[in-house]
Amino acid sequence: MYFPEELKYSKTHEWVRFEDETTAYIGITDYAQDQLGDLVYVNLPEEGEETAAGEPFADVESVKAVSDVISPVTGTIEEVHSDLADEPQMMNQAPYEAWFIKVRDISETEELMTREEYEKFIAEEA
Amino acid sequence: MKLVFERSAEGRGTRYLPECDVPERLPAAALREKPLRLPELPETEVDRHYTCLAGQTHGVNDGFYPLGSCTMKYNPQINEKMASLPGFVNIHPLQDKESMKGCREVTEKLEQLLCEITGMDAMTLQPAAGAHGEFTGLLVIKAYHRSRNDTGRTKIIVPDSAHGTNPASAAMAGFDVVSIPSDDHGCVDLDALREAAKEDTAGLMLTNPNTVGLFDPNILEITRIVHEAGGLCYYDGANLNAIMGIARPGDMGFDVVHVNLHKTFSTPHGGGGPGSGPSGCKSFLAPFLPGKDSPQSIGNVRSFGGNFLVEVKALAYILTLGREGIPEAARNAVLNANYMRVKLADIYPMAYDTICMHEFVMSLEKLKHETGVSALDVAKAMLDYGIHPPTMYFPLIVHEALMVEPTETETRETLDEAIRIYREIHEKAVKDPEGMHRLPLHTPVRRLDEVTAARNPVIRYDFDA
Amino acid sequence: MGSYVPDTSAQQMEMLKECGLSSFEDLYGDIPESVKLSGLPGVPKGKSELEVKRAIEEMAEKNKVYRHIFRGAGAYHHYIPAIVDEIASKEDFRTAYTPYQAEISQGVLQSIFEFQSEICMLTGLEAANASVYDGATAAAEACEMCRDKKRSRILVCAAVDPKILSVVKTYSFGRDVEVELVPEKDGTTDPEALRKALTPEVSCLLSQQPNFFGNLEEMDSLSALVHEAGAKLIVSCNPVSLALLKTPGEYQADIAVGEGQPLGLPLACGGPYLGFMAATQKMMRKLPGRIVGQTTDVDGKRAFVLTLQAREQHIRREKASSNICSNEALCALRAAVYMAAMGPRGLRDVAAACTSKAHYLQEKLAEAGLPLVYENKEFFHEFVTECPDAEGLNAFLSERGFLGGLMLSKNRLLWCATEMNTREEIEKAAALVKEYLSAAGKETQGKEASGS
Repeated sequence: MYFPEELKYSKTHEWVRFEDETTAYIGITDYAQDQLGDLVYVNLPEEGEETAAGEPFADVESVKAVSDVISPVTGTIEEVHSDLADEPQMMNQAPYEAWFIKVRDISETEELMTREEYEKFIAEEA
Repeated sequence: MKLVFERSAEGRGTRYLPECDVPERLPAAALREKPLRLPELPETEVDRHYTCLAGQTHGVNDGFYPLGSCTMKYNPQINEKMASLPGFVNIHPLQDKESMKGCREVTEKLEQLLCEITGMDAMTLQPAAGAHGEFTGLLVIKAYHRSRNDTGRTKIIVPDSAHGTNPASAAMAGFDVVSIPSDDHGCVDLDALREAAKEDTAGLMLTNPNTVGLFDPNILEITRIVHEAGGLCYYDGANLNAIMGIARPGDMGFDVVHVNLHKTFSTPHGGGGPGSGPSGCKSFLAPFLPGKDSPQSIGNVRSFGGNFLVEVKALAYILTLGREGIPEAARNAVLNANYMRVKLADIYPMAYDTICMHEFVMSLEKLKHETGVSALDVAKAMLDYGIHPPTMYFPLIVHEALMVEPTETETRETLDEAIRIYREIHEKAVKDPEGMHRLPLHTPVRRLDEVTAARNPVIRYDFDA
Repeated sequence: MGSYVPDTSAQQMEMLKECGLSSFEDLYGDIPESVKLSGLPGVPKGKSELEVKRAIEEMAEKNKVYRHIFRGAGAYHHYIPAIVDEIASKEDFRTAYTPYQAEISQGVLQSIFEFQSEICMLTGLEAANASVYDGATAAAEACEMCRDKKRSRILVCAAVDPKILSVVKTYSFGRDVEVELVPEKDGTTDPEALRKALTPEVSCLLSQQPNFFGNLEEMDSLSALVHEAGAKLIVSCNPVSLALLKTPGEYQADIAVGEGQPLGLPLACGGPYLGFMAATQKMMRKLPGRIVGQTTDVDGKRAFVLTLQAREQHIRREKASSNICSNEALCALRAAVYMAAMGPRGLRDVAAACTSKAHYLQEKLAEAGLPLVYENKEFFHEFVTECPDAEGLNAFLSERGFLGGLMLSKNRLLWCATEMNTREEIEKAAALVKEYLSAAGKETQGKEASGS
């Protein structure tokens, strides 16, 4: 499993890539996609909607399950990666390219982990 | 197997109608631009096509069907005969009342018998399925609270072991769902219920016997807690087969119920329907029922009464069994489940190892851990033996769950044979776990690629594609 | 007396013993004594099959089966080829459960896939589900498909079947959603009123084609108005009419629903019937209930399976958009067999006969003294006439084996003709109407009477 050094990670297994202090891309981690199995669809929010740290903003579907994706930040959704709905396999095959949303005007961020901390965290969880 | 469209050839077909005996007169405007395409087949081909499809469909008469929570009992043939009487089949639903007295006798009689069996005072036959009955009952609860200006009651309590329809119905009726955990015995956690039941509680939805196949011994305390908080109690009749004629939801403190005619009362499932899910209630809620001549009625949940022909079948069944046969069926459904449970418990760990009602839940967690063989693998292995697998991965609170409901209409020999097969499969799983993932081998098709089906949905045939 | 429990009491006792129990009573130890029943006095004693047959046949005989039916209003009398009954009574189809185990359910899965395809062909839309309870619940589910955070008001054309409206209202009471009627003018939806009603909160318009009065709506203009306002167009349509009429796909409806009963299902006092639903590709994932998809098995063989299941209640629970679980699969099978047997020309013939005979009936009734109400509107196979004494006329017809039009008011009737009505029968009906009106001396009052 691979966790890029430059990303931050949440306890609910989302990754965050900050562009600057108030702008970031969000996706799900390699660990998350592995646990969820083959993903078949994603329900994405709309551009312009607000996200709230700790609240779900999307959900991902496997054949027999659905799981919420939790936003680690509070802000405004600037862009939605709508191709994901047509190519859900991207979330399994390239989880760090398969960003879900780009958030701007981030006012609040959950406590996030570094790669090292996250690796330790999932080792403990398993 | 060919699709019906692939058997089609332009210009073929059988004529069923005479020449039109009045001048043809089509609307001048609004006509279809593209001509209609449908399969074009002579009747012989249509008949063979569907005979072929029937051959690849497993029905109750093809073999044992112990699908948990679905009550796949035998569907008596006399019921079908009665439902095909011309005096029922050819009645227009909007005929004047006087000309359909017989239909009214069927529905009134059935309503009365279902009231008797459930301990309710009033019943509507409108709902076309169990989930439809749930929705109806919850709207009745909503209308009742509103009629008292008790508008703060916005929540429905649902145990975490409930069928998915319960929370989904509650949401459709505009309620928030409060999920409460089950205790170690798979029953309602009374402390959690006491905490959840308060001034915002509209009601509790409960299946009893519950979805792990146990009768909740605290039932009277449960309904008391909810009533004391000002809520109403909803009984999901999915599992009524275990206790019909033995005990009644109305006597346990339930205010609203639905029953599934296509489970408990022997009407066939039809590959997914039609079902029928009559809703019943205590007299104080009767004015709110749909389809009743009352200003407080919630309206209608279906166009024309209920699934009438299904009701005829259920009536034939209840009249056949009568007051002795109904509890006899329940007792034997429970006996058959316990018989299988006892004979399998040594190798298939029971989720709750105690006397069960009409079904029991096994957990294959240990097997999965030790051999990698999952509940899915065991279920798929059964397909090669010609018996329908149990319900898989339900209820959600049991890991690697298989839920078995033999019903009362199976012989001891059938149960013994099924037990032998379950044991043989277990032996295979231990000896050759890898081989289990490849099963079934002998079915018309083998394991399917469900991921591709969901990622790139192909849900229709297109002549032009 | 009747029982389907196969084991003898001796066997039952042995089985109890093997469970370590001595009586049936021991099985029910968890049930509090206070709620245990001593019997079911209100249920009669069990009966033999012969007795049950007699009892139920007696009930059926108390109904009046009309030989001549001129009533529709949501339930239509059509010819059902014998093959439909025969195939639908095959035990495998009849007694199977929902096809959760695809490996042994290919037959029923494929039949649903074919049904979905045929509904798409009829409606000109791209995605259909496996069916819902009936036409009215299909309309209610369609309204819910259109709702979103910003748009939650539902508009319904006043010329939609009142039974459908009633169900839509009941479902809306559940979701606490507003339903507003768009008035009709001269028997079809008033475009001016619609334009005004289409505020930014409106999620959809529920229309009906042909509408409840049998009239044909101008769907193209309704569609343009609705889409201009950013709302969705739902049309409830008669499936037989779609063999002739412009399809929902052709006038850009977002969702087409309808009552599938005309496709090979008997009148049956109202059920079981069949709700069908089709939508654009874009709205496919919002469809409620079962959907069958095509895939392959591990050997690469084509196969069918329930798909897009993560939409549904058993997975999404309270977040599911619908609670539907059971549908009307066996009725959908009937419809599929009917469509395959009739074929495109057969179904077109049915539709052409319906509308031709309805027009013939209308002419004959007008001659007999029942004028058409919506004179300048086109109709399909139903139409409304004035009638000075609708109740009296229907009673008179009924005594002679004719089921007359549905009473919309004391002096209006909604008539219907289908391929089942022969020319002779239509002429006889008109003659009876004339006889009644002249006997009652009401013939000359004609249209004026309706206003009083």
